[in-house]
Amino acid sequence: MTVETLLAQALKALVSGLTMGMVFGLVALGLTIIFGVMDIVNFAHGEFLMIGMYCGLLTYSGLGADPLFGLPIAAVVGFALGVGCYYGLVQFLLRGPMIAQLFGTFGLMLFLRNLALLIMGADPRGVHHGALVGKSFVMGPGIVVELTKLTAGIFSLLAFAAVWWLMNRTRIGLALTATALDGQAARYMGIPTEKMNAFAWGLGGTTVAVAGALLVNFWPVDPNVGLLFTMIAFTTVALGGFGSIPGAAFAGLIVGLLINLPPIWDAISAFSQWPILTAGEMHQFKYSFVYLAFFLIMVLRPRGLFGWKY
Amino acid sequence: MNRSENPILKLEDVWVRYGTAPVVQGVSLEIYPGETVSVVGSNGAGKSTLLKAIMGARAAYSGRIIFEGNQIQKKRTEEIVTTGIIYVPEDRRLFRPLSVEENLFLGAYALDDEERKQKNLEFVYDLFPVLHSRRFQATATMSGGEQQMVAIGRGLMSNPRLLMLDEPSLGLAPMLVDEVLDTVRKLRERGLTILLVEQNVREALEISDRGYILQTGRIAKHGSAKDLLESDEIRKAFLGM
Repeated sequence: MTVETLLAQALKALVSGLTMGMVFGLVALGLTIIFGVMDIVNFAHGEFLMIGMYCGLLTYSGLGADPLFGLPIAAVVGFALGVGCYYGLVQFLLRGPMIAQLFGTFGLMLFLRNLALLIMGADPRGVHHGALVGKSFVMGPGIVVELTKLTAGIFSLLAFAAVWWLMNRTRIGLALTATALDGQAARYMGIPTEKMNAFAWGLGGTTVAVAGALLVNFWPVDPNVGLLFTMIAFTTVALGGFGSIPGAAFAGLIVGLLINLPPIWDAISAFSQWPILTAGEMHQFKYSFVYLAFFLIMVLRPRGLFGWKY
Repeated sequence: MNRSENPILKLEDVWVRYGTAPVVQGVSLEIYPGETVSVVGSNGAGKSTLLKAIMGARAAYSGRIIFEGNQIQKKRTEEIVTTGIIYVPEDRRLFRPLSVEENLFLGAYALDDEERKQKNLEFVYDLFPVLHSRRFQATATMSGGEQQMVAIGRGLMSNPRLLMLDEPSLGLAPMLVDEVLDTVRKLRERGLTILLVEQNVREALEISDRGYILQTGRIAKHGSAKDLLESDEIRKAFLGM
C-alpha cells in the first residue's frame, strides 16, 4: 500500500465522517431541543426517526414520487407527531415524578415501534431509485462520494442553520429560551409555556423526521431501526452538552468521524506492515469509539462540550 | 384620591395554603388606580404567597380576586399578565445567561406593538442609565443592585396597569435599598399603580399612600401610610421605638 492510497482512504473516511456526522447531529438536534426546554428525555426519539424514514420510503414506494419529496412530508408529519405526543402524553407525564417521565416515553417508544411492525412488517426496506440514489462522483483517486450522503449532510447543515436562526433571531426562539431557563419566570412575562413545550416537541419531531427522510435514501428502514440511532443520539447530546444546538452539530461531527475510523485504521496497519487489526475486525468495534469518547467527556467535562444549562 | 372610582384590584376573603397549612387566611384588600399600596409584615407572614396567588402561581382555594371588574383567580399566570398585572418576583428570576436587553424584551412579550416596545425600552434606559451602557452584558455577571434594576425594568416593559414588586430591596446594601425605593417613588409620581411588598416597614410606608400590615396570614391593621407610621403598635412591633 502506498502513501497515496493511505491518504485517499483517510480523505474518504473524512468526507464520509463529516457528511454522516451532520446527519447524526440533526438526529440529535431534536433530542437536545426537547431536553433543553423541559428537561425530559424522549426515549421514543429513534422511533420519530423511523417514522421519518417511512415517510421518505412511502413517498417513493407508495406515491411513486422521488424520495426527496418525502422531506416536506416528513417535516409536517414529524411536527404533528411531536405536538400530538406532547398534548396526548407528555403534558400529563410532567405532573408526575421523574420515573413516570422515563417510563412514559419508554412506553411511547414500544408503542410506536410495534405499531410500525403491525403496519409495515418486520422486513427492512430501502429506496432503490431516485434523483440521488446510486449516484456518486469521484473527488480524487479512490475517493468516491455518494450523492445521497453528501446531500444528506448539506441538508442537515441547512436545517441546523434554520433552527439556530429560529432560536436566536426570532421572538418565539427567545420565548423558548426563556421557557428553558425558568418556566415560572417565563409565565410571569406572559409567555404561554405549555404552548412553548408543545412547539419544542413539534420542532424536535420535525428535525428528526427530516433526518429520517434524508437517511432512508441510503439506509434501509425497519421498525427497529430507531434503537441504534437513539443510542447514538443520546451520546451525541451528552457529548455536545444538554440543550445546546451548536453542541449537537459539533458532537455529531465527532461521532461521524469516530464511526469512520476503522478504514483509516486499516490503511494505517497495512501501510505500517503491522496488520494486527483489519477494517473488518475494527468494524465490529466502530460504535465502541463513540462510547469511549462519551465516557471520556463524562469524566472530564460532565456538562458536555457546549453545555450551558448545567 | 378619588374614592368614587372602582378599585383596580380587589381581594375578597382570599385563602391560600401550602400543602395543608393555610398561609394566607382570609385577606381582603383594595387598590385604587394611581395608588401605591404597601403590604408589610415580617418574614413568613404570607406576603409573597399573597402576590403569587394574585398571579395565579398559587391557587387561592377560597375567596375572590377581582381585577378591573373581572374575576381572575381561575386564570393562568400568562393570561393574568396579558390583563395588565406584572409581578416582579422577590428572587428577581432574571434569565441569567441572557443579556440585559434580551431580558427587557422578554418583559415586553405580552406587547404586540413594536413601536411601543422601543418607547418602553427608552423609558427604562432613561430610568436606569447604567442598564443602557450594559445592555449586551449577561445579567448573571451583574451586581445585585443592577440585577434588581433589570427586574424592575423588565416589569415596566409591557405597560403594566398594576405593578407588583415583591421585596425589591431584599439582599441589597442599605445604599442600594434607598436607590431602589427611590425608583419606586419616581414610578409612583408618574401615576403608576403599585402594590409593594416589603420587610422594610418604615421605608415602604414612607413612599406609599396606604398600607396593610400582614401578620401570620391575616390583615392585622390597615389605613393610610401616615396613620400607620404614627400608630403605637406599628412603632413598637416594626420600628423598634
